[in-house]
Amino acid sequence: MISRRAEPVRVLVTKLGLDGHDRGSRVVAAFLRDAGMEVIYTSPWQDVTAVVQLALQEDVDVVGVSSLATDHLLVPKLTEALAQAGLGHIRVVVGGIVPDEDESMLKRSGVSHVFHPGSTREEIVAEVDALARAARRERDGD
Amino acid sequence: MSQRPIQLPLPGFDTARARWQDAYNQQMPGEKTRRNRSGIEIRPLYTPQDWRGERYLEQLGFPGEVPMTRGIYPSMHRGRTWSQRQLIGLGTPQDYNARLERILAAGGSALSLIPCNSVYRGYDADEVDAVLLGTCGAVVNTVEDMQACFEGVDIGSISTAMNDPLPFTLLALLLAVAKQRGVPWCKVTGTSNQSDYISHFVANHMFFRIALPGSRRILVDHIDFAARNLPGWNPLSVVGQHMQQAGATPAEAMGLTLSTAVQYAEDCIARGMEPDVFLPRFTFFFDISMSFFEEIAKMRAGRRIWCRLTRERFGARDPRAWRFKFHGQTSGVDLTRQQPLNNIARVTTQAMAGIFAGLQSLHTDSYDEVLSVPTEDAARIAVSTQNILREEAHLTDVIDPLGGSYYVERLTDDMEEAIIAVMQRIEEAGGMYHAAESGLVQSMIGTSALAFQEQVESGEQTIVGVNAYRVEENSDAHAPLARPRAEAMQAQLDALARYKRGRSMGEVRAALDRLARSVADEGDNVFEKVVDAAIAGATHGEIVAKLREEMGFGEPLVQV
Repeated sequence: MISRRAEPVRVLVTKLGLDGHDRGSRVVAAFLRDAGMEVIYTSPWQDVTAVVQLALQEDVDVVGVSSLATDHLLVPKLTEALAQAGLGHIRVVVGGIVPDEDESMLKRSGVSHVFHPGSTREEIVAEVDALARAARRERDGD
Repeated sequence: MSQRPIQLPLPGFDTARARWQDAYNQQMPGEKTRRNRSGIEIRPLYTPQDWRGERYLEQLGFPGEVPMTRGIYPSMHRGRTWSQRQLIGLGTPQDYNARLERILAAGGSALSLIPCNSVYRGYDADEVDAVLLGTCGAVVNTVEDMQACFEGVDIGSISTAMNDPLPFTLLALLLAVAKQRGVPWCKVTGTSNQSDYISHFVANHMFFRIALPGSRRILVDHIDFAARNLPGWNPLSVVGQHMQQAGATPAEAMGLTLSTAVQYAEDCIARGMEPDVFLPRFTFFFDISMSFFEEIAKMRAGRRIWCRLTRERFGARDPRAWRFKFHGQTSGVDLTRQQPLNNIARVTTQAMAGIFAGLQSLHTDSYDEVLSVPTEDAARIAVSTQNILREEAHLTDVIDPLGGSYYVERLTDDMEEAIIAVMQRIEEAGGMYHAAESGLVQSMIGTSALAFQEQVESGEQTIVGVNAYRVEENSDAHAPLARPRAEAMQAQLDALARYKRGRSMGEVRAALDRLARSVADEGDNVFEKVVDAAIAGATHGEIVAKLREEMGFGEPLVQV
């Protein structure tokens, strides 16, 4: 099997649930793309099943969920569904308005990182890149 | 219009000016050009060369008189200050009612109803993941829910800002409640303040429920219904706030909003309605960002342009049609999670800009909005901020107090020019409906959002606590989590199930059929049938679902 490790990082940027405020997700998607990553961007209001399906089809390394209005409460269902679909290597990150208590809850459910307002482009790109590489190593079994 | 320097007969002016300019240049060698968010150059000093008031009557006039630049009423805030309209809504209808009671007891009369995100998306509580219910607004699906929201409240004597995207199911439920209580509809007052479907299509996607052509039809039906049945109701609020929050510059937000209002006015005229009948019920809703003077100039310019448009383009003769009535909301995206108490200073600054700009109604954000849904303590500080500005700082003593400032007048002229340029671009694209449908508006907003973020990233735009003046995180101000109780939400779901079982399904089905048929009949009024369906017992989710079936699901055009 040819290793795809040299290929660009693949990131799915999405919004789960009900909210549609997507300025943040659009700006972050543009940042990641400008940094050389392959970004798959969805419209808001995805459900967990659709995101898992897309993550599988697109063979992504990272799923980034933007949440401005409590939709991150659905993310534990996403991490669980990814694991069940055999996609446990995919790293999940959340960005937006996430209260502290919820951040602990998300981390316990397997979320790798939470980006709060004020996170810089540099921080986001570096973190996503590192997580993507870790995901790929895990997928390829080394 | 304002680029030519005014020739001054002031003896000695030119010499004095040149002297100052030399001294300034010496102190500020190689200074970079400064620009506001709309890209207008901001010079270090403004003088009678920039604005001298020679065309005072034509450009400014008196408050309440054409061209309304200084305000839309003769006495402005000195006569009646703005309405303090805070957004409220969380949890169950009973939770909403309890909070409403406290606000009414404190003397409030201008209310708002923020529904849950599930309602915004057009669903009943039993159609979505229960973990999301009531976390951002009140769950209101049925006439019973609306009764509970306004339990013990005389709905004939309050004014409600209904956050109610089309097809306006919440207003329909409120009218059904009024009917049950014997309150005549002519006494129901308030605003459908999420009626601007174009702003939803391009910017606030959560509210976009029904495909564009259907939305266009329903809005005009709603305006027409209100003109005939609801003399106290403002059926339309044209919203610049969504676009500015999504990234549009202040000039773009104003230009796009005015272009949207022009589109809606033309749609009403095409329906055979008289401008003097519908224009007095148009209202506006704007974001107030941290760019203090720019925001003031934006609103002053907007008032002047709207007055001219209504008179010259639409031929309105009733002065009420010329008034640019607007609600302002301080800018949520300007608030920071870092050192959150700093947000109180930001909100105060923004509120001052809105007051100086002559707004009719104001919502001040809670400082903890970036942490979670606002807590009651933080919401109280937001209201106190308004009271302090009004009654301790006396900001309302003088009408348009910044009028006549060389800077503010010149900036108002410059903003007007920038706003008109945006409107011309939209006009050339075939008007706002087509400009939105084609994605032009979305790409304008996206480009500006990215440009602003670049300025923050590069440090050109300071954000205290974020890219400058950072400190070790102070977490004391982090708000406790306000979430609805799971048992209360389960009881709400049980009540919905009970409500659905207890109705006459024959009547509901017949009303939903009439609603579906009204879509096919151009002479019929869809909103009237929405109201009939609510009276017959249909739920919010059933009404939206029926119209989505007939008119298409609303899919916003999303671009990266």
